[in-house]
Amino acid sequence: MANILEYKSRLSDSGSRKFETFSYLPTLSKAQIRAQVAYIAARGWNPAIEYTEPQHATGAYWYMWKLPMFGETDVDRILAEADACHKAHPGDHVRLIGYDNARQTQGTAMVIYRGEAA
Amino acid sequence: MSSKTYDAGVKEYRGTYWEPDYQVKDTDLLACFKITPQSGVSREEAAAAVAAESSTGTWTTVWTDLLTDLAHYKGRAYRIEDVPGDSSCFYAFVAYPIDLFEEGSVVNVFTSLVGNVFGFKAIRALRLEDVRFPIAYVMTCGGPPHGIQVERDKMNKYGRPMLGCTIKPKLGLSAKNYGRAVYECLRGGLDFTKDDENVNSQPFMRWRDRFGFVMEAVKKAEAETGERKGHYLNVTAPTPEDMYKRAEFAKQLGAPIIMHDYLTGGFCANTGLANWCRDNGVLLHIHRAMHAVIDRNPHHGIHFRVLAKALRLSGGDHLHTGTVVGKLEGDRQATLGWIDLLRERRVAEDRSRGIFFDQDWGTMPGVFAVASGGIHVWHMPALVSIFGDDAVFQFGGGTLGHPWGNAAGAAANRVALEACVLARNEGRNVEREGKEILTQAAKSSPELKAAMETWKEVRFEYDTVDKLDTGKKAAA
Repeated sequence: MANILEYKSRLSDSGSRKFETFSYLPTLSKAQIRAQVAYIAARGWNPAIEYTEPQHATGAYWYMWKLPMFGETDVDRILAEADACHKAHPGDHVRLIGYDNARQTQGTAMVIYRGEAA
Repeated sequence: MSSKTYDAGVKEYRGTYWEPDYQVKDTDLLACFKITPQSGVSREEAAAAVAAESSTGTWTTVWTDLLTDLAHYKGRAYRIEDVPGDSSCFYAFVAYPIDLFEEGSVVNVFTSLVGNVFGFKAIRALRLEDVRFPIAYVMTCGGPPHGIQVERDKMNKYGRPMLGCTIKPKLGLSAKNYGRAVYECLRGGLDFTKDDENVNSQPFMRWRDRFGFVMEAVKKAEAETGERKGHYLNVTAPTPEDMYKRAEFAKQLGAPIIMHDYLTGGFCANTGLANWCRDNGVLLHIHRAMHAVIDRNPHHGIHFRVLAKALRLSGGDHLHTGTVVGKLEGDRQATLGWIDLLRERRVAEDRSRGIFFDQDWGTMPGVFAVASGGIHVWHMPALVSIFGDDAVFQFGGGTLGHPWGNAAGAAANRVALEACVLARNEGRNVEREGKEILTQAAKSSPELKAAMETWKEVRFEYDTVDKLDTGKKAAA
């Protein structure tokens, strides 16, 4: 048993909460986030930013940052909006979404700034 | 006035049912059969016989034929092709008028197409390779209760395949111990766990007890991880009444998804359950026990791509499709063909993937492809490459067999999956760079590192029995 690691996760530790795609990886670096933004733009998806208090992250609707950036393909402009959202709401989760309007779904969604566990 | 007269006796089928000049209609249901005739039976006669026996014909002329408009109702063999690399058989294409089939009834379509004709003595073997369902017929079927997009919204899973695990051992666990295995998998990072298909309501674990403990596990894992989770509660039952009773109880407990075996349960039960799921907002996972009996022999039976189309029409939100890389049979190109048929709106004829017809699904929702059977973390790069995002990868032994237990096994799979998706989005060739990607990810995940060490050597490299007909013989 000595070489078995306990899987640490519990109700009373808000640090155990995950938030879907990429939340089992270490926090994404700036370069990694940039690559994901470029992926969304290259697929022709509409980028959007959402944020929420970490303790209220489980519902379908987070707070929308302005409006989705329809037709925006400039990676720097998309990153600047994500950054502005994070600066305005520093303790919150900030989620990057790529809306795929042709298929009526989110092509992807990922938390790119992780809020502080409450 | 008809000029036909009644002339009793046995006739050649080809006189009535072989029409090489026939122009197929957009509303016709088209079928491609692979026919192995008895010696001495011509291709045209064999093809016409199949068309006749699967539509209006019988072995002898009957006077009541003259009371109908046979030219309107009959199926017609309209084309014959060689099978590449196999001279024992040939492809016959048959067109059936849409009026032959009850609206919205997969049961009725298959009773005709694969009914008595498969035991017909004039042919040695018969295989239904593909069917083109006209859009006019597709629109009469209910199809998937929810479909891919709605399931993603309900489960809040975007931009990646989902992860599942079939709870093992498949038989013998008590309900409470079984729920423990579910809880450990889900808290570790899986999206779903699954009842094994053999698990219905045996004496060691009755369904009501299982459902209760499993849903407690699902709810605690959701609260703990903050993510949405589900367990496919198998409602496959001896009778439709029992099936609906189990489905109702699952709904009462708040289960997001239930499960059915569509071949052993039957198309009638499956279509009814799909309708129930649509009415009640419960997702439907479909297992395919018995399929290999029907689809594995290259000369006789029904190809899986046809069974997959039948399921999309009958209804299901997930369907097992094989893994290509795991312990169960599945040719890569053929698998790509039928996962397209499950997921896409329009699929074009593509013989390199075994698809004989264009298929238009109209607005019918798509079905998640489920890859399950003998897969583990080392397969993740290939799975992500082959299946893309709209799939569920189910690691049974590959989760539960982790040396530190299910939660660690689940976390290993989740980390491996996310690392592969991240790399794919970055434009990397995930299949070629798989080892590097996983090795890098394991640096921050001791669970993944342990999983990679455990399953390093497990491979399932056997040749596929049911190959596409390409004319290339397998290397000796």
